[in-house]
Amino acid sequence: MNKMMIFKIQTIKALKLKNMISKVLTVFTLLASVSILNGCSSIEPWVKPYERQNLADPITFFGRDPVSDNYMHHVRQSRESARGAEGSAGGGCGCN
Amino acid sequence: MKVQEALKVVLEVVVVVINQFVAMICKKVIFTALLVLLALMPNVSESAVLPEDRSDILYHRFDGGGVVIDGPSILIRKSIKDTVSISANYYVDNVSSASIDVVTTASAYTEERKEQSMSVEYLRDKTVLSVNYGQSTENDYDAKSAGFNFTQDFFGDLTTLSGGYSQGWDVVGKSGDESFAEEANRKQYRVGLSQVVTKNSLVGLSWETITDEGFLNNPYRSVRYRDGAGFSFQSELYPETRTSDAFSIRGMYYLPYRAAIKAEYRVFSDTWGIEAKNYELGYTHPYGEHWIFDVKLRHYEQTKANFYSDLFSRIDAQNFRARDKEMSTFSNDSVGLSVSYEYELLNSTFFDRFSINLAFDYIDFKFEDFRDIRVNGAAVGEEPFYTYDALVTRMFFSVWY
Amino acid sequence: MKNLVKRLSITLLTTFVVLSVNLSAKSVSAPDFTLKSVDGKNVRLSELRGQVVLLNFWASWCGPCRQEMPILDAMHNKYKSLGFTVLGVNLDAKSKKAIGYLKDTPVSFPVLYDPKGITSEQYGVSAMPSTVIIDKNGNVRHLHKGYKSGYEDEYVAQIKKLLRE
Repeated sequence: MNKMMIFKIQTIKALKLKNMISKVLTVFTLLASVSILNGCSSIEPWVKPYERQNLADPITFFGRDPVSDNYMHHVRQSRESARGAEGSAGGGCGCN
Repeated sequence: MKVQEALKVVLEVVVVVINQFVAMICKKVIFTALLVLLALMPNVSESAVLPEDRSDILYHRFDGGGVVIDGPSILIRKSIKDTVSISANYYVDNVSSASIDVVTTASAYTEERKEQSMSVEYLRDKTVLSVNYGQSTENDYDAKSAGFNFTQDFFGDLTTLSGGYSQGWDVVGKSGDESFAEEANRKQYRVGLSQVVTKNSLVGLSWETITDEGFLNNPYRSVRYRDGAGFSFQSELYPETRTSDAFSIRGMYYLPYRAAIKAEYRVFSDTWGIEAKNYELGYTHPYGEHWIFDVKLRHYEQTKANFYSDLFSRIDAQNFRARDKEMSTFSNDSVGLSVSYEYELLNSTFFDRFSINLAFDYIDFKFEDFRDIRVNGAAVGEEPFYTYDALVTRMFFSVWY
Repeated sequence: MKNLVKRLSITLLTTFVVLSVNLSAKSVSAPDFTLKSVDGKNVRLSELRGQVVLLNFWASWCGPCRQEMPILDAMHNKYKSLGFTVLGVNLDAKSKKAIGYLKDTPVSFPVLYDPKGITSEQYGVSAMPSTVIIDKNGNVRHLHKGYKSGYEDEYVAQIKKLLRE
C-alpha cells in the first residue's frame, strides 16, 4: 500500500462520513420540523380523527399480512446484498 | 522506509478511530434527540392501538436456480386488556439445494432450518414499546437475535416516529468439521418517520444502519483463479467487519373507487463497496365484499463488492476475495400477484373473521459479472453470464379473534 | 449559554405539562343539535333534558368503537329505566357502512347519522371514539377520549353519580 492508496481510502472514508452526516442531518431536520409542528399551535392537524375512514382501510396498509411479508423480506435478504429500511409504521385508524 | 511504514499505520489508525467515534456519536446523538423528543411530547390522555389479535398458518415455497425451499410458518398473536400484545412465530425451511454454487464446488444436499421468535408489545398513551427475541438453528448455523422497537404517534396521530435497535449473535459451523465454530455478531439501528399527508395519502421515511463483525463468509464457498490454461478453486475470505446504510421512502395513495397504490424506493450502500437500489410499485384492488387482489412490480440492482471477482488472476490475488453471486453486479425484476378471500364470522362469539390467501412472485435474476461455469466448451473467463428465475409461492389461512 | 438552554428547556417542559392537563369540562352547556336517527326520525339533544345522556361518537371503521358498542348497549339497557340514555352519533362519511354494521350487530340505543361531521366540529372531537357524559340540565360533565377495556367502569360510576343529582 502506498500513499495513493491511503489517500484513496481516506477520501472514500471521508465521503462515507459526509454521506452519513448528510443523512443524519436530514433525519434531524425532519425530527426538528415535526417537533416544531407539534409545538406550533397555529398549525392544527389537518386530517381530523373522524376523517380517517380511508386510512383505516386495511387495503392501504403496507404490511397487511405480517407472516407473508416477513417471509418475502427473508427471501430477498438471502439473495440480495441490500438489507434494512424495509418496514413502515403509521397511518391506520388513529383511534384512541 | 520504516518511517513511511509507521506513518501509513498511524494515518490508518487515526482515520479508523475518527470514523468509529463519529459513527458512535451520530448514533448516540440521534437516539438522545429521539429520547428528548419523546420526553417533550405532551402527555395527553389519548392513546394508540395494538396490532390486531390473529393467527396465521402459511405454506411457503421458493423454487429457482436449482434450489427448492419450502415449509410452514405459524404465527399466533393475542392481546391482554388492550395494553399488552404477545406474538409467537414458528418457521421451518426445508432446503433441497442443487444451486450453481453447490453443483460446481460440491454436491447437492438437503437440510432443515428451524426458527422460533416471539415479541411482546406494550401500549401506553401514544407509545408502543416492543421487545423481541428469536433463534434459528440448522445443522451448521446457529443464530440468535434480540431487539426492541418503539412507535410514537403525535400531531393528532398524523405523524408516527418509530425506531429500534437489535443485536444478533451467530455461530457459524461447518458440516463434517466438529471443531469449526466461528462467531458473527450484528448490531442494527433504525429510525422511521411516517406522515399522513391527506385523508387519502401518507408518506414514510426509513433509515437503518447495520454493523456486522466476525466470520462473515461462507465456510463452504470458493473463489476461482486462473491456473495455467484453466482455473482452480480456493476458499473465499471476507473482511471481518461490515457496516451498511439503507434509506427508503414509501408512499400510499387511496383511489376514490376503493383501491390503493403504493410505491417504494430504497438506496443502500456499505463498506464493502456495494451500492444497491430498488423500486417497487404495488396496487391493491378489492372486489365486492370478500375479495382483495394485489399486483406488485419490483426492480432491484446492485454493484459488486470491491473484493469480488468471478475469476481472480492468480492464487491469493487479494487480501479479501469473494465469488458469491450475491456480492456480484446484478439486477432482478419481479412481478407479484396475490388473491385474498375474506369472510366475516358474525355468529361466532370468539372469532371475528378469516381469510384464505394465495400469492405468487416471479423473480428474474440477471448477473453481469458472475459466469455460469457449468457451461461446457466455453473459454475460461468467457463463459456466459449466469441468469436464473424463481417462483415464490405463499398459501395461507388467517383468522382474527 | 448553558444556563439559557437550561431555563428554556424548563420553560418548554412546564408549558407542555400545563397544556397537557386534560381540559375536562366543568359545567359547559352541551351544544344542541338535530340529527336524523336510524329510524328516519329527527332527534334533538335538548329534548332529552331531564335525562343523563352518554353521547358516543363512533364510526364503523374504528376498532375500539366497535369493541365499545355492545358494552354501551348493555349499559343503556341496564340504566334506561332510571332516566339514562346512550345516544350514538355515527361519523361514517358513507352512512351506508354504518347501516350495514348495525344490521349485523344491532344496538337498542338510538343512533344518529352525522356524515358531514357537524357535531364533531361542535364538540371538538379529537379522538375516535369520544364519549361525552351530559347531566340532566344539559351540561357536559365528563369527556372521555378513546376506549380501552375497563373504561366502562368509570362511565358507570360517573353516570350513577349524575343520576343521584
